[in-house]
Amino acid sequence: MQLTAINDLVIRFANVNGTGSASANNMFAKSIFRMGLPVTPKNIFPSNIQGLPTWYEVRVSEKGYLGRRAGIDIMVSVNPQSLKKDIDSVRPNGYFMYDNTRELDKSMLRDDIHFIGVPMIELCRQHFTTDPRSHQLLKNMIYVGALVALLDIEVQVVKDLIADQFRKKEKLVPINVKALELGIQYIHDHYQYPLGLRLERRELLGDSILVDGNTACGLGAIYAGASVAAWYPITPSTSVVNAFEKYAKRLRKDEATGKNKYAVVQAEDELAAIGMAIGANWNGARAFTATSGPGLSLMSEFLGLAYFAEIPVVLIDVQRTGPSTGMPTRTQQSDLTSAFYASHGDTKQVLLLPATPTECFSMTADAFDLAERLQTPVMVMTDLDLGMNDHLCAPFKWDDARDYDRGKVYSAEDLEKIKEFGRYKDVDGDGIPYRTIPGTHPTKGSYFTRGTSRDEMARYTEESEPYVRNMERLLKKWNTASNLVPAPEFYQKTNSSQHGLIFFGTSTYAALEALDLLKEAGAPMDAMRLRAAPFAQEVHDFIESHEVVYVVEQNRDAQMRSILINELEIDPFKLVPVLNFDGMPITADHIVKQIERKQKPVSNGMAASY
Amino acid sequence: MSFIRPIFRHPESPKNDLGYTRQYYEGVLSTLCAGCGHDSISGAIIQACFEMNIEPHRVAKLSGIGCSSKTPAYYLGNSHGFNSVHGRMPSVTTGASLANRKMLYLGVSGDGDTASIGMGQFIHVVRRNLNMVYIVMNNGCYGLTKGQDSATADYGSVNKSGSANMFQSIDLAGLALELGATFVGRSFSGDKTQLVPMIKAAMAHNGFAFIDVVSPCVTFNNNAGSTKSYDYVRAHLEATSAIDLVPEKTEITTEYEAGTTKHIEMHDHSIIELHKLAEGWDPTDRHSAVERLQASRIKGEILTGLLYVDTESKDLHELIETVPQPLNSLTKSDLCPGSGPLEKINGEFR
Repeated sequence: MQLTAINDLVIRFANVNGTGSASANNMFAKSIFRMGLPVTPKNIFPSNIQGLPTWYEVRVSEKGYLGRRAGIDIMVSVNPQSLKKDIDSVRPNGYFMYDNTRELDKSMLRDDIHFIGVPMIELCRQHFTTDPRSHQLLKNMIYVGALVALLDIEVQVVKDLIADQFRKKEKLVPINVKALELGIQYIHDHYQYPLGLRLERRELLGDSILVDGNTACGLGAIYAGASVAAWYPITPSTSVVNAFEKYAKRLRKDEATGKNKYAVVQAEDELAAIGMAIGANWNGARAFTATSGPGLSLMSEFLGLAYFAEIPVVLIDVQRTGPSTGMPTRTQQSDLTSAFYASHGDTKQVLLLPATPTECFSMTADAFDLAERLQTPVMVMTDLDLGMNDHLCAPFKWDDARDYDRGKVYSAEDLEKIKEFGRYKDVDGDGIPYRTIPGTHPTKGSYFTRGTSRDEMARYTEESEPYVRNMERLLKKWNTASNLVPAPEFYQKTNSSQHGLIFFGTSTYAALEALDLLKEAGAPMDAMRLRAAPFAQEVHDFIESHEVVYVVEQNRDAQMRSILINELEIDPFKLVPVLNFDGMPITADHIVKQIERKQKPVSNGMAASY
Repeated sequence: MSFIRPIFRHPESPKNDLGYTRQYYEGVLSTLCAGCGHDSISGAIIQACFEMNIEPHRVAKLSGIGCSSKTPAYYLGNSHGFNSVHGRMPSVTTGASLANRKMLYLGVSGDGDTASIGMGQFIHVVRRNLNMVYIVMNNGCYGLTKGQDSATADYGSVNKSGSANMFQSIDLAGLALELGATFVGRSFSGDKTQLVPMIKAAMAHNGFAFIDVVSPCVTFNNNAGSTKSYDYVRAHLEATSAIDLVPEKTEITTEYEAGTTKHIEMHDHSIIELHKLAEGWDPTDRHSAVERLQASRIKGEILTGLLYVDTESKDLHELIETVPQPLNSLTKSDLCPGSGPLEKINGEFR
């Protein structure tokens, strides 16, 4: 039996880390993108620089589903270390492409899948005289060529990509094209092609782009006017600041002098990184840091200071699999509790929950406005899947009329006019006081910022009354925040089911696909995507208007569900967790299966939770 | 409370070039113990800023946690201050400086705040040559938690409860020299004639200026057997030289015997004037400063005075090549590339 489908497949590449496979694999995914097809590539990589197995998975879905899908249709194996496991992971009737320069061990063969041998090393030896290291790279291009023939990918598209890739090393173009053609020719000479599983050009993508979330966050910080980035390297957040710096070098140099209109400092640890970001924000520059779980833990004390002393700061948290060092190169949404309630004492922090690189860009920009408007930390909660994988998404947009919202800051002129400046006075009744930037006025507006209790005039106090007044004002500010943060997104005009589905961040792709599957199965659900915490009234209303609400998230302990229960005083039995925490992005099948398993009857006779 | 400050101010109190009296540089009343060395250091900071004609609003005073870190409330009441978290003053100051390179950053810290919990940040702020003055009010103990030994307590020094410290001490001035600090001095809270000009010289320095000030804790570490008591410190002081800071364009009139005086021109063109130079020591030679410090240590002396200065060093902003104007003064037109370049960037992802 052969698998047959047009524009609907999952292909996985099994490579060895550090052998140059990434650029060939990216080129493969990009070629599908340029054929106008929805494509979702995912890197499944080890915490290692060279030598360990690494995989690259590409899903093509004409229907536009961008989540992971279980079941590997085609495996491209160039890593002997993981051979057995890779053969076993192909779905029945699927394909296994491998380098048959060396024959496969008979004991590994399966009779329910198709083996496609391409002598990649042998072809290199015959056709290229260069050193063995470059054979390794050219071998990658040979398997891309083989796939071009097998899947009916447009050759010219790949050739254009090779030209793009080697624009600065033009010498390498002909040799790579030759390798590509060797792969194509080998398939033509030895196999029936194309396969039943194949691709056809469609124009489904409009002006979409293919980009990773970390690049989007870094670029968002550029557009938001961040001028200070302080960070400590940690996977998977490192490329956020790398992207910021890359674009800053391009877009933020003083033309006349070549000097930098930005500062990037690699700190000694995450404590220092956020300390610098807080110090810079206190002093009136927009500053941010980026980190992941372990770094967030280290930043916790400072987050409490910024909450209590009311200093804006933006933190991009690219979540990975915890606890502790966990699986540092796998994805999870598991920093929610530690971020939301970051620091000792009564603290709550503002979280933004982007679901696409487009939102990574816009929400990072929004985070700076919100942090300054609210004078508090704002954390952009992305994850490894969103941050480090390319995603098909709408292009970045910037409205040139948009001004930065610097929040309530008194200028020197303001200070001249007002009767009295009290740093922690609630002048407007929204819980947000006015601040001043150091150096603004020779004699007015200075105050002493501190993490200790103080009165409205910023004077140190250990009296209970001003302490309580201050804590209550912070709560008022928190309520103000719930109306300023991005509102949830709904997927129906009016509710029509007793069942609701809540999801956020990278669970969105799989959740949207699951909604279609549920609808096809005759059990449609209303759906809401959370985009921020604290929660707007609409979040509460959505939960209230359904009998059972499933909460999809990628952690073990249903952290978002707990926060919803806690913050909105929801009956815990009403919120049913749908979880995935194995380090791989959640799939639609997984969501549907869990919902089916946990169903119980509700009042109208339909099945519902537990 | 260390002293009761008279409310009366003489109407003809002397004014500096900016027209401010010394009182204008004071803060709120200190809540430290009567006789605390830290209050003397606060007084020296006030005096130095008054004499240097510093505009208070151009100063940011920062600190960590501890008795020392409370002091910014007690000086420069018209300056912005930031009492941050324990051991983290250097990072907050770094961020503040990145945002606005045109202010004067005055950080104070204690021996616990710097030599224990904040050691990492201290080391790295030295490495980065952040343009700031970093004063450690060093009393060898944790005052605010009632007198535990700190990491700068000398080996064998006896604390108030009678036990001798069994661990080696960290010499912060020596460490700063090793790490490449570009201005290193040590002083004693009880020696204003030395401390005031030293703070002034530190403020004139472009780069990281570190002053380790031995500052006895009257309540928990002023007993017999302590090597950080007033009596012990006074009896063991040894100075590298006498120090004065002469503002730019002031004629130097004092004359000293040849070979015993050295003038060092600072970044702001003021002159550090050193006289009665210790033998074999050159303040512009890091190696000789390290040697001199070691020699004193072996002899059981507490070496004070300017130890080392490098007037040619590049500070953090120069190293990372930021624009001369403060980053916090840049506006949307400087910072936001606009929709045009974004369209081009989008194209790169297709």
